[in-house]
Amino acid sequence: MHAPVEYILHLADNALVLGQRNAEWCGHGPILEEDIALSNNSLDLIGQARLLYQHAATLIGGDATEDKLAYFRDVPDFRNYTLCELPHLPLMAATSAGDRDFAITIVRNFLYSSLMVLVWDRLQSSQDKQLAAIAAKSLKEVRYHLRHSRDWLVRLGNGTEVSHAKVQAALDQFLPYCQEFWAASPHETDALTNGTGIDMAALQADWNRIVDEALNEATLQRPATGGFVPTGKQGLHSEHLGFLLAEMQSLARAHPNATW
Amino acid sequence: MSTPALKEWPLWEVFVRSKQGLEHKHCGSLHASDAQHALQMARDVYTRRQEGVSIWVVPSATISASEPNDKSEFFEPASDKVYRHPTFYEIPEEVGHM
Repeated sequence: MHAPVEYILHLADNALVLGQRNAEWCGHGPILEEDIALSNNSLDLIGQARLLYQHAATLIGGDATEDKLAYFRDVPDFRNYTLCELPHLPLMAATSAGDRDFAITIVRNFLYSSLMVLVWDRLQSSQDKQLAAIAAKSLKEVRYHLRHSRDWLVRLGNGTEVSHAKVQAALDQFLPYCQEFWAASPHETDALTNGTGIDMAALQADWNRIVDEALNEATLQRPATGGFVPTGKQGLHSEHLGFLLAEMQSLARAHPNATW
Repeated sequence: MSTPALKEWPLWEVFVRSKQGLEHKHCGSLHASDAQHALQMARDVYTRRQEGVSIWVVPSATISASEPNDKSEFFEPASDKVYRHPTFYEIPEEVGHM
Protein backbone atom coordinates (compact mmCIF):
# COMPACT_ATOMS: atom_id res chain seq x y z
CA MET A 1 0.00 0.00 0.00
CA HIS A 2 1.36 3.45 -0.84
CA ALA A 3 0.12 7.02 -0.62
CA PRO A 4 -0.96 8.84 -3.79
CA VAL A 5 2.07 10.48 -5.43
CA GLU A 6 0.37 13.88 -5.39
CA TYR A 7 -0.08 13.60 -1.64
CA ILE A 8 3.60 12.76 -1.08
CA LEU A 9 4.54 15.69 -3.31
CA HIS A 10 2.29 17.95 -1.24
CA LEU A 11 4.20 17.02 1.94
CA ALA A 12 7.56 17.25 0.14
CA ASP A 13 6.84 20.62 -1.49
CA ASN A 14 5.77 22.13 1.85
CA ALA A 15 9.09 21.11 3.34
CA LEU A 16 11.24 22.15 0.37
CA VAL A 17 9.63 25.55 -0.16
CA LEU A 18 9.65 26.49 3.53
CA GLY A 19 13.19 25.13 3.80
CA GLN A 20 14.22 27.39 0.92
CA ARG A 21 12.56 30.39 2.58
CA ASN A 22 14.26 29.78 5.91
CA ALA A 23 17.59 29.29 4.11
CA GLU A 24 17.36 32.94 3.00
CA TRP A 25 18.51 33.81 6.53
CA CYS A 26 21.76 31.90 6.09
CA GLY A 27 24.47 34.51 6.56
CA HIS A 28 21.87 37.19 7.38
CA GLY A 29 20.47 36.06 10.75
CA PRO A 30 19.87 38.73 13.39
CA ILE A 31 22.57 37.12 15.55
CA LEU A 32 25.07 34.36 14.85
CA GLU A 33 23.27 31.74 16.97
CA GLU A 34 19.95 32.45 15.25
CA ASP A 35 21.58 32.31 11.84
CA ILE A 36 22.70 28.77 12.64
CA ALA A 37 19.36 27.84 14.23
CA LEU A 38 17.42 28.85 11.11
CA SER A 39 19.92 27.10 8.84
CA ASN A 40 19.50 23.95 10.95
CA ASN A 41 15.74 24.27 10.63
CA SER A 42 16.07 24.73 6.88
CA LEU A 43 18.32 21.69 6.50
CA ASP A 44 15.88 19.57 8.53
CA LEU A 45 13.07 20.56 6.16
CA ILE A 46 15.13 19.98 3.02
CA GLY A 47 16.13 16.58 4.46
CA GLN A 48 12.45 15.71 4.92
CA ALA A 49 11.73 16.87 1.38
CA ARG A 50 14.52 14.66 0.00
CA LEU A 51 13.15 11.52 1.67
CA LEU A 52 9.66 12.28 0.38
CA TYR A 53 10.86 13.03 -3.18
CA GLN A 54 12.89 9.83 -3.20
CA HIS A 55 9.78 7.90 -2.16
CA ALA A 56 7.67 9.68 -4.81
CA ALA A 57 10.34 9.07 -7.49
CA THR A 58 10.33 5.34 -6.73
CA LEU A 59 6.54 5.25 -7.09
CA ILE A 60 6.57 7.27 -10.30
CA GLY A 61 9.29 5.01 -11.75
CA GLY A 62 10.94 5.58 -15.12
CA ASP A 63 13.60 8.26 -15.00
CA ALA A 64 12.07 10.18 -12.07
CA THR A 65 14.56 11.29 -9.41
CA GLU A 66 14.42 13.51 -6.35
CA ASP A 67 16.37 16.21 -8.23
CA LYS A 68 13.99 16.16 -11.18
CA LEU A 69 11.04 16.57 -8.83
CA ALA A 70 12.67 19.44 -6.96
CA TYR A 71 14.31 21.31 -9.83
CA PHE A 72 12.42 20.55 -13.02
CA ARG A 73 8.79 21.09 -12.10
CA ASP A 74 7.10 24.48 -12.51
CA VAL A 75 4.78 26.55 -10.34
CA PRO A 76 1.49 24.77 -11.23
CA ASP A 77 3.09 21.39 -10.42
CA PHE A 78 3.98 22.39 -6.85
CA ARG A 79 1.56 21.25 -4.17
CA ASN A 80 2.75 23.27 -1.15
CA TYR A 81 0.56 25.45 1.03
CA THR A 82 0.62 29.07 -0.10
CA LEU A 83 1.70 29.90 3.49
CA CYS A 84 5.11 28.30 2.86
CA GLU A 85 6.01 30.34 -0.24
CA LEU A 86 5.24 33.88 0.96
CA PRO A 87 8.31 36.10 1.40
CA HIS A 88 9.59 37.19 4.82
CA LEU A 89 8.21 40.66 4.21
CA PRO A 90 5.53 42.74 5.89
CA LEU A 91 2.62 43.86 3.73
CA MET A 92 3.45 46.93 1.66
CA ALA A 93 7.21 46.53 2.24
CA ALA A 94 9.65 46.81 -0.59
CA THR A 95 11.07 43.52 -1.79
CA SER A 96 14.72 43.93 -0.86
CA ALA A 97 16.46 41.43 1.36
CA GLY A 98 17.11 44.21 3.86
CA ASP A 99 13.38 44.40 4.59
CA ARG A 100 13.26 40.77 5.68
CA ASP A 101 11.21 40.52 8.88
CA PHE A 102 12.27 38.04 11.57
CA ALA A 103 8.79 38.22 13.17
CA ILE A 104 7.28 36.78 9.98
CA THR A 105 9.78 33.94 9.94
CA ILE A 106 8.93 33.11 13.53
CA VAL A 107 5.15 33.34 13.10
CA ARG A 108 5.16 31.23 9.93
CA ASN A 109 7.45 28.57 11.42
CA PHE A 110 5.26 28.50 14.51
CA LEU A 111 1.98 28.11 12.58
CA TYR A 112 3.44 25.44 10.28
CA SER A 113 5.24 23.48 13.03
CA SER A 114 2.11 23.51 15.18
CA LEU A 115 0.37 21.73 12.33
CA MET A 116 3.19 19.36 11.42
CA VAL A 117 3.68 17.98 14.94
CA LEU A 118 0.09 16.76 14.59
CA VAL A 119 0.38 15.62 10.97
CA TRP A 120 3.62 13.66 11.42
CA ASP A 121 2.35 12.13 14.65
CA ARG A 122 -0.76 10.76 12.89
CA LEU A 123 1.16 9.73 9.74
CA GLN A 124 3.31 7.41 11.85
CA SER A 125 0.42 4.95 11.51
CA SER A 126 -0.02 5.47 7.76
CA GLN A 127 -0.62 2.32 5.72
CA ASP A 128 2.27 3.53 3.56
CA LYS A 129 5.17 2.10 5.60
CA GLN A 130 7.79 4.30 3.96
CA LEU A 131 5.73 7.40 4.70
CA ALA A 132 5.19 6.22 8.28
CA ALA A 133 8.97 5.92 8.75
CA ILE A 134 9.58 9.40 7.30
CA ALA A 135 6.89 10.71 9.66
CA ALA A 136 8.62 9.23 12.71
CA LYS A 137 11.92 10.90 11.77
CA SER A 138 10.33 14.22 10.86
CA LEU A 139 8.28 14.39 14.05
CA LYS A 140 11.42 14.74 16.20
CA GLU A 141 12.72 17.55 14.02
CA VAL A 142 9.49 19.47 13.85
CA ARG A 143 9.01 19.24 17.62
CA TYR A 144 12.20 21.23 17.96
CA HIS A 145 11.07 23.70 15.27
CA LEU A 146 7.91 24.25 17.28
CA ARG A 147 9.85 24.75 20.49
CA HIS A 148 12.21 27.22 18.80
CA SER A 149 9.55 29.29 17.06
CA ARG A 150 7.14 29.21 20.01
CA ASP A 151 9.88 30.39 22.34
CA TRP A 152 10.61 33.39 20.10
CA LEU A 153 6.90 34.09 19.60
CA VAL A 154 6.43 34.40 23.36
CA ARG A 155 9.61 36.45 23.78
CA LEU A 156 8.71 38.88 21.00
CA GLY A 157 5.10 39.14 22.21
CA ASN A 158 6.26 39.96 25.73
CA GLY A 159 9.24 42.02 24.60
CA THR A 160 9.21 45.69 23.65
CA GLU A 161 6.35 47.62 22.08
CA VAL A 162 8.09 47.32 18.73
CA SER A 163 8.61 43.56 18.95
CA HIS A 164 5.02 43.05 20.10
CA ALA A 165 3.65 45.16 17.23
CA LYS A 166 5.79 43.36 14.65
CA VAL A 167 4.83 39.87 15.76
CA GLN A 168 1.14 40.84 15.99
CA ALA A 169 1.28 42.26 12.45
CA ALA A 170 2.94 39.07 11.19
CA LEU A 171 0.21 37.01 12.83
CA ASP A 172 -2.55 39.19 11.33
CA GLN A 173 -0.90 38.77 7.93
CA PHE A 174 -0.25 35.01 8.04
CA LEU A 175 -2.99 33.39 10.12
CA PRO A 176 -5.64 33.71 7.35
CA TYR A 177 -3.42 31.56 5.09
CA CYS A 178 -3.81 28.68 7.56
CA GLN A 179 -7.40 28.22 6.43
CA GLU A 180 -5.92 26.21 3.58
CA PHE A 181 -4.94 23.49 6.08
CA TRP A 182 -8.57 22.49 6.59
CA ALA A 183 -9.97 22.72 3.06
CA ALA A 184 -9.65 19.17 1.70
CA SER A 185 -8.01 18.72 -1.70
CA PRO A 186 -8.55 15.70 -3.99
CA HIS A 187 -5.12 14.16 -3.21
CA GLU A 188 -5.68 14.45 0.54
CA THR A 189 -9.09 12.82 0.20
CA ASP A 190 -7.57 10.00 -1.88
CA ALA A 191 -4.89 9.44 0.75
CA LEU A 192 -7.46 9.39 3.53
CA THR A 193 -9.62 6.92 1.61
CA ASN A 194 -6.84 4.37 1.07
CA GLY A 195 -5.59 4.59 4.66
CA THR A 196 -2.28 6.30 3.88
CA GLY A 197 -3.36 9.86 4.73
CA ILE A 198 -5.16 11.55 7.58
CA ASP A 199 -8.31 13.55 8.19
CA MET A 200 -6.94 17.10 8.35
CA ALA A 201 -10.19 18.62 9.60
CA ALA A 202 -9.93 16.36 12.67
CA LEU A 203 -6.65 18.09 13.63
CA GLN A 204 -8.14 21.56 13.74
CA ALA A 205 -9.19 21.52 17.40
CA ASP A 206 -5.72 20.37 18.54
CA TRP A 207 -4.03 22.95 16.32
CA ASN A 208 -6.27 25.70 17.70
CA ARG A 209 -5.35 24.66 21.24
CA ILE A 210 -1.57 24.75 20.51
CA VAL A 211 -1.87 28.13 18.79
CA ASP A 212 -4.21 29.73 21.34
CA GLU A 213 -2.08 28.65 24.32
CA ALA A 214 1.01 30.22 22.79
CA LEU A 215 -0.77 33.41 21.71
CA ASN A 216 -2.18 33.77 25.19
CA GLU A 217 1.27 33.37 26.71
CA ALA A 218 2.65 35.86 24.21
CA THR A 219 -0.17 38.40 24.95
CA LEU A 220 -1.10 38.39 21.25
CA GLN A 221 -4.60 38.72 19.81
CA ARG A 222 -5.83 36.05 17.44
CA PRO A 223 -7.16 37.86 14.36
CA ALA A 224 -10.51 36.88 12.90
CA THR A 225 -10.16 34.86 9.70
CA GLY A 226 -12.50 34.33 6.81
CA GLY A 227 -12.74 35.26 3.17
CA PHE A 228 -10.19 33.97 0.68
CA VAL A 229 -8.94 30.43 1.23
CA PRO A 230 -5.59 29.87 -0.51
CA THR A 231 -5.22 27.03 -3.01
CA GLY A 232 -1.46 26.41 -3.21
CA LYS A 233 -1.76 22.70 -2.51
CA GLN A 234 -3.88 22.39 -5.66
CA GLY A 235 -1.25 24.16 -7.76
CA LEU A 236 -2.83 27.64 -7.77
CA HIS A 237 -0.15 29.75 -6.08
CA SER A 238 0.63 33.34 -5.19
CA GLU A 239 2.96 35.33 -7.45
CA HIS A 240 5.84 34.70 -5.02
CA LEU A 241 6.46 31.02 -5.73
CA GLY A 242 7.73 31.67 -9.26
CA PHE A 243 10.51 33.94 -7.96
CA LEU A 244 11.44 31.44 -5.27
CA LEU A 245 11.65 28.59 -7.79
CA ALA A 246 13.61 30.73 -10.26
CA GLU A 247 16.30 31.27 -7.65
CA MET A 248 16.22 27.72 -6.31
CA GLN A 249 16.13 25.93 -9.68
CA SER A 250 18.33 28.13 -11.85
CA LEU A 251 21.62 26.35 -11.05
CA ALA A 252 20.22 22.86 -11.69
CA ARG A 253 18.63 24.03 -14.94
CA ALA A 254 21.74 25.82 -16.16
CA HIS A 255 23.81 22.67 -15.57
CA PRO A 256 21.45 19.71 -15.98
CA ASN A 257 22.85 16.37 -14.80
CA ALA A 258 25.84 18.08 -13.17
CA THR A 259 27.39 16.07 -10.34
CA TRP A 260 29.82 16.97 -7.59
CA MET B 1 5.62 44.19 27.06
CA SER B 2 6.30 43.39 30.68
CA THR B 3 10.05 42.77 30.52
CA PRO B 4 12.42 45.67 29.96
CA ALA B 5 14.53 45.31 26.83
CA LEU B 6 18.11 44.19 27.40
CA LYS B 7 20.62 46.33 25.57
CA GLU B 8 23.26 43.62 25.86
CA TRP B 9 22.54 39.93 26.32
CA PRO B 10 24.66 38.40 29.07
CA LEU B 11 27.40 35.91 28.23
CA TRP B 12 27.01 32.19 28.98
CA GLU B 13 29.63 29.46 29.08
CA VAL B 14 28.57 26.22 27.37
CA PHE B 15 29.52 22.74 28.55
CA VAL B 16 28.65 19.66 26.49
CA ARG B 17 28.74 16.01 27.51
CA SER B 18 29.64 13.99 24.44
CA LYS B 19 28.62 10.57 25.78
CA GLN B 20 26.77 9.12 28.73
CA GLY B 21 29.30 8.57 31.52
CA LEU B 22 31.78 11.21 30.35
CA GLU B 23 32.10 14.60 31.99
CA HIS B 24 30.71 17.85 30.56
CA LYS B 25 33.47 19.71 28.76
CA HIS B 26 33.69 23.42 28.15
CA CYS B 27 33.22 24.06 24.45
CA GLY B 28 32.60 27.78 24.09
CA SER B 29 30.39 30.68 25.00
CA LEU B 30 27.45 32.63 23.60
CA HIS B 31 25.20 35.60 24.32
CA ALA B 32 21.58 34.90 25.31
CA SER B 33 18.83 36.66 27.21
CA ASP B 34 18.23 33.91 29.79
CA ALA B 35 19.10 30.32 30.66
CA GLN B 36 16.39 28.71 28.51
CA HIS B 37 17.39 30.82 25.56
CA ALA B 38 21.06 29.98 26.13
CA LEU B 39 20.29 26.23 26.20
CA GLN B 40 18.46 26.37 22.88
CA MET B 41 21.18 28.41 21.24
CA ALA B 42 23.83 26.06 22.60
CA ARG B 43 21.88 23.17 21.10
CA ASP B 44 21.88 24.85 17.70
CA VAL B 45 25.47 26.07 17.75
CA TYR B 46 27.37 23.34 19.59
CA THR B 47 25.51 20.04 19.08
CA ARG B 48 24.51 20.17 15.40
CA ARG B 49 27.12 17.59 14.45
CA GLN B 50 26.07 15.06 17.08
CA GLU B 51 28.58 16.39 19.60
CA GLY B 52 26.44 15.91 22.66
CA VAL B 53 23.83 14.17 24.77
CA SER B 54 23.62 16.83 27.48
CA ILE B 55 24.27 20.57 27.76
CA TRP B 56 25.01 22.86 30.69
CA VAL B 57 25.00 26.63 30.42
CA VAL B 58 26.49 28.80 33.17
CA PRO B 59 26.38 32.60 33.40
CA SER B 60 29.97 33.67 32.70
CA ALA B 61 29.65 36.33 35.40
CA THR B 62 29.28 33.63 38.07
CA ILE B 63 32.65 32.05 37.26
CA SER B 64 35.55 33.18 39.45
CA ALA B 65 38.84 32.85 37.63
CA SER B 66 42.45 32.99 38.72
CA GLU B 67 44.39 36.05 37.67
CA PRO B 68 47.05 35.74 34.96
CA ASN B 69 49.25 37.92 37.19
CA ASP B 70 49.15 35.27 39.92
CA LYS B 71 50.84 32.76 37.65
CA SER B 72 54.20 32.86 39.44
CA GLU B 73 52.81 32.14 42.91
CA PHE B 74 49.92 29.91 41.82
CA PHE B 75 51.45 27.56 39.32
CA GLU B 76 55.19 27.86 39.01
CA PRO B 77 56.06 26.43 42.46
CA ALA B 78 54.73 23.05 41.24
CA SER B 79 57.17 22.83 38.36
CA ASP B 80 60.11 21.35 40.34
CA LYS B 81 58.02 18.89 42.38
CA VAL B 82 58.07 15.98 39.97
CA TYR B 83 57.73 13.60 42.93
CA ARG B 84 54.07 14.59 43.09
CA HIS B 85 53.49 12.63 39.92
CA PRO B 86 52.81 8.97 40.63
CA THR B 87 55.59 7.88 38.28
CA PHE B 88 58.00 6.47 40.85
CA TYR B 89 56.20 3.17 41.28
CA GLU B 90 56.85 -0.11 39.50
CA ILE B 91 53.46 -1.41 38.33
CA PRO B 92 53.35 -5.22 38.18
CA GLU B 93 52.58 -6.48 34.73
CA GLU B 94 49.53 -8.39 35.94
CA VAL B 95 47.82 -5.09 36.72
CA GLY B 96 47.82 -4.24 33.05
CA HIS B 97 46.83 -0.80 31.81
CA MET B 98 46.09 1.76 34.54
